Amino acid sequence: MAPTVRGTGEVTVKVNPVACEAYGYCAELLPELVTLDEWGYPVVDGRPVPDRLVDLAVAAARRCPRRALLVETAPPPSPRRR
Amino acid sequence: MSPTSSTVAVPPPASPDATPAAGTLFGAWWSSGRSDLAAHVAHFGPLPVPRRVDDQWCDRFAAAVASSGLTGRGGAAFPSARKLALVRAGRAGGLLVVNASEGEPASAKDAALVSCAPHLVLDGAELTALAVRAERVVVCVADDRPDTALAVTYAVAERAGTGLSPVPVDIRRPPGRFVTGEESALVSWLDGGPAAPSFRPRRGTLLTVGRRPVLVHNAETLAHVALIARAGAAAFRRTGPAEAPGTLLTTITGAVERPGVYEVAMGTPLGEVLGRAAPRQAVAAVLTGGFGGSWVPGTALATPYAPGDLARIGGVVGAGVLVVLPRSSCGVAETARIAAFMAGESAGQCGPCVFGLPAVAADLAALAEGRPDAALGARLSGRLGAVDGRGACRHPDGVVRMVRSALSVFADDVRAHLRGAPCPGLRRPSVLPPARPR
Repeated sequence: MAPTVRGTGEVTVKVNPVACEAYGYCAELLPELVTLDEWGYPVVDGRPVPDRLVDLAVAAARRCPRRALLVETAPPPSPRRR
Repeated sequence: MSPTSSTVAVPPPASPDATPAAGTLFGAWWSSGRSDLAAHVAHFGPLPVPRRVDDQWCDRFAAAVASSGLTGRGGAAFPSARKLALVRAGRAGGLLVVNASEGEPASAKDAALVSCAPHLVLDGAELTALAVRAERVVVCVADDRPDTALAVTYAVAERAGTGLSPVPVDIRRPPGRFVTGEESALVSWLDGGPAAPSFRPRRGTLLTVGRRPVLVHNAETLAHVALIARAGAAAFRRTGPAEAPGTLLTTITGAVERPGVYEVAMGTPLGEVLGRAAPRQAVAAVLTGGFGGSWVPGTALATPYAPGDLARIGGVVGAGVLVVLPRSSCGVAETARIAAFMAGESAGQCGPCVFGLPAVAADLAALAEGRPDAALGARLSGRLGAVDGRGACRHPDGVVRMVRSALSVFADDVRAHLRGAPCPGLRRPSVLPPARPR
């Protein structure tokens, strides 16, 4: 698959709940997208990440000690090729 | 809960003429009272094992499963043909896993099926294994179900050297826990890991052991496959509605005279299904789909027992569990007991499940006892929202669904409990099936 150009596909953040151990760095680094539940585990809403936050999301994912924050790029919505 | 393990018997059909229409899977057992290979072949006829397994045969087999409209009977009701196609597209030499682990305490249908008709399950497993070019069949029976494992062991031994076992069969005994039956948990355990679900961010991911593809089917699903391979997809479709064809096994327990495992046509009105087990008194509510299922009110018994129809009233067919709650019982108290059990059955991997389910269970216990604090109602609904969809598997989601259905179906009772005036039935013994010893 060709690398996705930013803006053509939707970027979302997900949490791997098995890996996550509630360090909470993600909520500190990315409060726009991550909140914590009453037990300290991150809650994300699954909506597309706004372009201005994509770099911050990637940085937050890199700093997760458990590598439990995932930044995913969905394939472009239309199968149209250039 | 009681430490006794109860084997649920397959009760006789309501009348002798009920047998052919709604007694397909247990047909050999009804006609002969036996479960051995000779009785099986005498009743169902020989297994159509292909002389040569070529692409043509595999295509025909897959096409028959597809046009039968068979869906998985383990709980998810996923189209069996789609699972088959996913694994067929992978490499040869994989595993066909027969899931008879039945971690749901209220279910006994896989145990009954494997005990009364083991060869039907093995027939379906062998044919499916051939069709996906698997190199082994692995039958998984929980380690706390010794009778079921013995029945499989006998049946496998009987088939040796008969030509009915073209793909060799292993029997494995995963731990008898609720989440073990979840297919990714089962596959993880078979691969030498913990019997705990995997995080699969994308649906439709092929499960593997080593690098070998794995197809996991519920035992009952494979028994239906065996019948479809013999009589054809059209015969299977003669029972049940077009969108949910066939029969299914249902385990009926609770306040009934004849608890047991029954084979019913999909789409039979819920009240008629329950009638087979003879409810002891007016039905207040029914727990559908098991401990991670959903309560439906006793006023909804005209609903056809099929996934789509039941979903419209918030119910779940799941693995066919029905628990009858009588008017004399307190639905809130029963819900609290289930939630407490389910909290203890977490695989212990995901925070929202590990911490959230005990918190939900504690709120429900306080509610059931009629000693809620002022914030309980809002806190409980917030916690249900916080747990829902946040595990690697659907265990927490099932508990959330079950509790939410209780808050709706028993809404009047819940209000009384919140006022500190619990139901008179609070101190009655539970009608729930006993959880097996761990």
